[in-house]
Amino acid sequence: MHGHSTPSQTVGPFFSIGLNWMNRADIAEGIAGERVAVRGRVLDGDGQPVPDAVLEIWQADADGRYHHPEHADPRNNATPFVGFGRIPTDERGQFSFTTIKPGPVYHTDGKPQAPHLQISVFMRGLLRQLVTRMYFPDEPLNASDLALQIVPESRRETLIARRIEPAGNTLEWNVLLQGANETVFFDC
Amino acid sequence: MKPLLGYRKLAPGTQPNHLYPPYVSSIKRAPKQPQITIPVTLSEITGPAFPKEIVSPKAFDLTRQHKGEPLGERIAVSGRVVDEDGRPVRNALIEIWQANAAGRYLHTNDQHNAPLDPNFTGEGRAFTDEDGRYRFVTVRPGAYPWKNHYNAWRPQHIHFSLFGPAFATRLVTQMYFPGDPLLEFDPIFHSVPDEAARRRLISSFDWLSTEPDLSLGFRFDIVLRGRDATPMER
Repeated sequence: MHGHSTPSQTVGPFFSIGLNWMNRADIAEGIAGERVAVRGRVLDGDGQPVPDAVLEIWQADADGRYHHPEHADPRNNATPFVGFGRIPTDERGQFSFTTIKPGPVYHTDGKPQAPHLQISVFMRGLLRQLVTRMYFPDEPLNASDLALQIVPESRRETLIARRIEPAGNTLEWNVLLQGANETVFFDC
Repeated sequence: MKPLLGYRKLAPGTQPNHLYPPYVSSIKRAPKQPQITIPVTLSEITGPAFPKEIVSPKAFDLTRQHKGEPLGERIAVSGRVVDEDGRPVRNALIEIWQANAAGRYLHTNDQHNAPLDPNFTGEGRAFTDEDGRYRFVTVRPGAYPWKNHYNAWRPQHIHFSLFGPAFATRLVTQMYFPGDPLLEFDPIFHSVPDEAARRRLISSFDWLSTEPDLSLGFRFDIVLRGRDATPMER
């Protein structure tokens, strides 16, 4: 072994100088799939909005393919969709973005993961990123998803977005850093 | 059926915990529930692969983004990005940001009474090469006061953001300078429990990359998480 990974340090309060160039409100522009708008807030332990956070999204395309050499999907070749988005919060702690709903990603044992967005959260006050996932409402595969099944049932809801209107394509999903409904964060 | 090769768990003590009360902002922002461990999936071992065209070949030089040259001590910061097994991390995107030589960030929330420099933005980007090497040219950032505790000053530092090959290798950190007396008092630096790990955040002065009549060289090598030796079974 060469050595241990370099320690993480906080992004601090001024990360927009170096990171804003990659912000994009529509992270799947021109990409085929079911379009969804996601909005939410990041709240601290006092329920106060976090105005200086940034979310990074990593996701598969509508067919469940990651744009990555290690995802050799026998059904098809590569996807043109980079699948990355960087979304800051505003002064009210709110964020919003548009993307496509990813398809189920099939594990090597043939079992599908439920559609989800893989999310890193950075902010002043966080010495290293938090990792979480956003799942989709009314999705039958949620019931058998590997990661969701490991999460205690009482906390699973924190990972599943809510549809704002019954038939609409706008979803709400919040990041609660502490409190009774603290969002589930993963060690991975 | 090919099993997935995951990324190694981070060694105990080598990373900060989320809660570190001397860093006051962590108190209301660090989660209180333990993080939940899940088996490796494709979602963690894949990650964004950016085309090189997204970064201008000039973006590594923070001293040539304006009409004139920024004030301050010109430095070159270079190093190698490797994984925990010493293998180079190729074509990895690195983003950096920093204060100017007076210790002021070009940011509306920075109210430190020190001058902005019209010739310095403090934003740089580069990709590592085939050997994992990178290089930036910039000015040495100034120390600056912050509100964490009485008479609190951040040591001079440059923020580094790296994408390795996977979502699991994402790293944001800060590079410090050798011999900085403020390191001893800095809670962000001291949030890393293991002293040897902490020391790896400090760059070293480097004659080899110091250029006569031009700039001092500092070397900052970065290690990203390595792969598990054996595939994860499910």
